[in-house]
Amino acid sequence: MFPTPTITHWLTLSALLFSIGLYGIFTRRNAVGVLLSIEMTLNSAILNILIFNRFVASDDVDGQVLVLFIVAAAAAEAVVALAIFVSFYRHRHTLDVTQANHICDQGNSAS
Amino acid sequence: MTGFLFENAWMIPALPLISILLIGLFATGSNARFAGIIGSVAIGTAFLLTCGLGLAYLSSAEAGASAVTWSIEWLRYQDHLVVSLGTLIDPISLLLLFVVTSVSLLVHVYSIGYMAGDEGYSRYFVFLSLFTFSMLGLVLAPNLLQMYVFWELVGVSSFLLIGFYYTLPEAIAASKKAFIVTRFADLFFLAGILVLGFFVHQWIVDAEWGGVTAAAVQSASAVQALDFATINSEPVLAHLKDQPGVLGLDLLTVAMLLVFIGAAGKSAMFPLHVWLPDAMAGPTPVSALIHAATMVVAGVYLVARLFPGFAASGDALDVVAAVGCITCLFSALIACTQTDIKRVLAFSTLSQIGYMMLALGVASAEHPAGLGAAMFHLFTHAFFKALLFLGAGSVIHAVHSNDVAEMGGLRKKMPLTHATFLIATIAIAGVPPLAGFFSKDEILGAALDGEHHLIFGVGLFVAALTAFYMFRVYILTFLGGHKSDGAAKAHESPPIMTIPLVVLGVMSVCGGWIAVSQFVLPGVELHAHLLVMGLSVAAAVVGIGSAFWLYGGQANRAQTMAESMGGIYRLVQNKFYIDEVYLFVTKMIFRFIAAPAAWFDRHVVDAVMNLSATVVRWVGARLNVLQTGQVQTYGIWMINGTILVLLFLWLVQR
Repeated sequence: MFPTPTITHWLTLSALLFSIGLYGIFTRRNAVGVLLSIEMTLNSAILNILIFNRFVASDDVDGQVLVLFIVAAAAAEAVVALAIFVSFYRHRHTLDVTQANHICDQGNSAS
Repeated sequence: MTGFLFENAWMIPALPLISILLIGLFATGSNARFAGIIGSVAIGTAFLLTCGLGLAYLSSAEAGASAVTWSIEWLRYQDHLVVSLGTLIDPISLLLLFVVTSVSLLVHVYSIGYMAGDEGYSRYFVFLSLFTFSMLGLVLAPNLLQMYVFWELVGVSSFLLIGFYYTLPEAIAASKKAFIVTRFADLFFLAGILVLGFFVHQWIVDAEWGGVTAAAVQSASAVQALDFATINSEPVLAHLKDQPGVLGLDLLTVAMLLVFIGAAGKSAMFPLHVWLPDAMAGPTPVSALIHAATMVVAGVYLVARLFPGFAASGDALDVVAAVGCITCLFSALIACTQTDIKRVLAFSTLSQIGYMMLALGVASAEHPAGLGAAMFHLFTHAFFKALLFLGAGSVIHAVHSNDVAEMGGLRKKMPLTHATFLIATIAIAGVPPLAGFFSKDEILGAALDGEHHLIFGVGLFVAALTAFYMFRVYILTFLGGHKSDGAAKAHESPPIMTIPLVVLGVMSVCGGWIAVSQFVLPGVELHAHLLVMGLSVAAAVVGIGSAFWLYGGQANRAQTMAESMGGIYRLVQNKFYIDEVYLFVTKMIFRFIAAPAAWFDRHVVDAVMNLSATVVRWVGARLNVLQTGQVQTYGIWMINGTILVLLFLWLVQR
């Protein structure tokens, strides 16, 4: 019923995913939302790797192995980020990233 | 053994250097009491080495021989401009070595008693050792640059010791004054060194490249432009004399005059003498060592070192004679009116150094007797003047005052101090057979031989004045009744202070019997002038007699005399207002040069700097709004930038 998706479709999907992630990074005020957006951009990048693995060198599995490693690293990174959020929340009682400006000269530190 | 001593003459200055380190590092706090002992042992060993060196020299070397016995290369600029550190052994350096080590040893021992219980006890001995080290290095210097370095080092140690009591404002002011005045003079000395170095180096290079015969540049590779041996050699002096200098003077005269200004600063010659009387703010043993016996004669030593140059120039030597003459007369006059015992001695020192300069000035290449006489007087003066200062220190220690008006009647209370002070007073007054008589006599004889009748007359008059003012101090201090509670309660100083006095007393009696002139100038005949002897003894007797007449009897006789002199007396008492003249000149400099310069600096130079700072701050403040602290804003900027770069690359690629 649907035509078989080509590399262009897949890359378009990846580009959309990246753009949505980027938009989220710059617009979300909640730190967790920003983190989710970052994960989306990361996922779009590893999706790219898979796409090229599939369409350019379909006999090899190098890309897939690499992606597994990246997913593992991303998981670790997410843990660190969440730990920072917990600590940040304890100090400032908020997760609003616009409040995270107290090393700025003219910052309007909330607390 | 003798060779060993010659080759290791560097140990003599090295010993005080080691003692600086030992005292400075270890003899502090509760160990401070060892400071004096360490310093004395080090300088005592140096003294023994000097004696050994002197004996070895007398027994092995031919009379008047001069040799650089040890040297290491220090700075290499060019082949004939290599500056080395070394030890030059010849009669005058040996003489100075003996004077410096012996007086320094006695002053070290004396200071153990004098400075006992002082807070800065170990600091004092560090400075004293520093001074001794520098002075010995200066004396042994085989070239002008090494001499200059140590010259500055003695200046620094003098500065440190004058300002030793750094809580007293007048001590600080005096130390600054001494440092600035001598430093000012040293600037000219440095200029003289540079002039000599440049032209002598040029001469050597020219000679090597074929101009002059090989005989003139014997072993040319060893000839160094700044060595005394090179500068004093005849072809070099003849060459310099031919060169045009400035102001119609030949180059040699210019260079020698520049060097002499440095010497005059260090030796406190008129008109650069103003620092020496103030330098008495330091501890009294320091005055004895630095400002009487050793450092202040460095100028005389320098002139003697470069004597062939001064003699070849002629004009420069006349300047030396004139300056010496003026200084000795004018400070002897001032000494007659001062009431601070140390100030009298300071002006007396000025006068006696003027005497030495005068003696150098009347010497010439044909009749160098004055050179020997100057060295002889330097030798004897070191002992009796150090003795006078140490005796004065002993008195001040007992009476707790510098003013002779508060002393009096100390003859019975301080018998040893009294006896030694009296010996030194007789010695400086020039009564035979004590030390001062012989050397002073030789100077006067040299002046007469050189047909300098005016200088001879001045010398004779100063001899009488010297006898007068020294006996004035002696009478006011030791005779009569006591004039204050301090004098009434005075008692003799401890043996550690009186033993050096006795040793110096012996030297003041016997010092004149040593034939120093023959040692310095072997082969130069000295004929005794019965006329000169008679006149100088008569001068001494007149001086002593008038002192007793004025101050021995009723005290008001002196006062009446002073009042009858009126303005002249006040002029002399205020040291001819030289200090005030300097003050006036410096104020003028301040008002018309320094103040406008400061205004320019503040309002033009600084304004430019401030403007640039203001611009940067203004731009920064405007740009500051971009720093919001919002990571997301920064991210947007970053992404925008990336997109722009990519766009640019894409356009270029196409």
